[in-house]
Amino acid sequence: MSSKQKKKTPEQQKYDILQKKHETKRPVLKNCLRAFLVGGIICTIGQAITYFYIYFFNFTEQTAGNPTVATMVFLAMLLTGFGVYDHIGQYGGAGSAVPVTGFSNAVVSAAIEHRTEGLVLGVGGNIFKLAGSVIVFGVFAAFVVALIKTILINWGVL
Amino acid sequence: MLMGKQSWVFQNKPVIAATGVTGGPFEANGKLAADFDILHDDLWIDEDSYEKAHRVLIEEACETVLKKANLQEEDIHFFIAGDLINQITPTSFSARTNQIPYFGIFGACSTSMEGLALASFMIDHGGAKNIITGSGSHNAAAERQFRYPTEYGGQKPPTAQWTVTGAGFALVKENDGTDENCPVTVSATIGKVVDMGLTDPFNMGGAMAPAATDTILAHFKDLNVDASYYDLIVTGDLGEIGRNTSYELLTNAGVKMDKEKYQDCGLLIYKEDQPVNSGASGSGCSAAVLYGHLLNQMKKGKYKRILVVATGALLSPMSFQQGESIPCIAHAVSIEMP
Repeated sequence: MSSKQKKKTPEQQKYDILQKKHETKRPVLKNCLRAFLVGGIICTIGQAITYFYIYFFNFTEQTAGNPTVATMVFLAMLLTGFGVYDHIGQYGGAGSAVPVTGFSNAVVSAAIEHRTEGLVLGVGGNIFKLAGSVIVFGVFAAFVVALIKTILINWGVL
Repeated sequence: MLMGKQSWVFQNKPVIAATGVTGGPFEANGKLAADFDILHDDLWIDEDSYEKAHRVLIEEACETVLKKANLQEEDIHFFIAGDLINQITPTSFSARTNQIPYFGIFGACSTSMEGLALASFMIDHGGAKNIITGSGSHNAAAERQFRYPTEYGGQKPPTAQWTVTGAGFALVKENDGTDENCPVTVSATIGKVVDMGLTDPFNMGGAMAPAATDTILAHFKDLNVDASYYDLIVTGDLGEIGRNTSYELLTNAGVKMDKEKYQDCGLLIYKEDQPVNSGASGSGCSAAVLYGHLLNQMKKGKYKRILVVATGALLSPMSFQQGESIPCIAHAVSIEMP
């Protein structure tokens, strides 16, 4: 039992059980399959773009990553602006949220949304409303990992 | 007049003399499109923000009411309304436009019946002759305030509900016998805040069901009636989950009622194939369905007595993030054809 459940009165717990009976369950298996499919398609497109940059431009497998990410972010931006990405998101769930396109969607949707409050306080102030925590904890996680690596190298473990 | 613990009986039977209902594109594709006075095919309604579009929905609904009643703004004594947006700005800004003395009220999605109950009470006791009351909501304005940016690709669970873009307003008038074939308000029950500890903002129906049940039971007790007295008991925006849950709660409390008699505005407004998950919600939901569809049905003679129970979830995005549960409320107004 979670801490939230413990705080509930017996009456509230009884209601919780009754309500759960009527609550539509999240279709977890279906969501997983759809996420696999949508996420897989997005990654396949990304892979195709990588090959495109390798075969038609002067990129290697190591350097093609940056233009690929930029292209995917750009495509997701267009899809967000044309009002398509939220429908993909409703269908694909984590499949469209986890790849870099989901990050792009989070940034662009917030920027579009807050355009009505002006460029500085609206777009500027809110563009990282959703993506901000990804950046904060991503940078922090990278810092911790780098710190551990540095210590291990100094100790001669690595 | 106070009756029982928390109900009013309106002895002079104030009349709902005229109504105005506006809606957005999603409502235009819905089941009740014919019952709207004005439908827009765009969420922006030629404005440059969703909040301004929201204001226009309210203004147009009020203008429609005045036009149908053949009255001017100066003839209206009070304007009692509210919406879901922070500081109820869309409603207050439309009160700036119409210049009618204004009570801004907030009861989340129960605002429509809170307003109708207050308006009927004032009229019944001679506090006013003409009052315009109602409520509105705007899907995108509510989404961005309570959830995520409208274009954000987050997946909504099947328990989620769809906020109605629309407004429903009515002219409540002193019953001077001149309005034939117009429904009257007979009684109202003011609900208390009920919190059963639910915390999922994507399951409002489940959270609000106990509040609806509490108010309905209080209404039956105060007025000494049972479900058979009404042709229809209609809740505001419980959706599929809330309707089923509250029906079971009512049954457990000994209320005998055919499930067909127990409807929900949130399940009436859209077609089955519209992707709204558990149903519609929003303060415009009960207002638009009652002042449009249901009153039309009453005038056609389908229902003689109905009890409208508008339900509201009194949360804010901040209270939810701070781990608070969702307190809910419901207000009921009984409407009859004379």
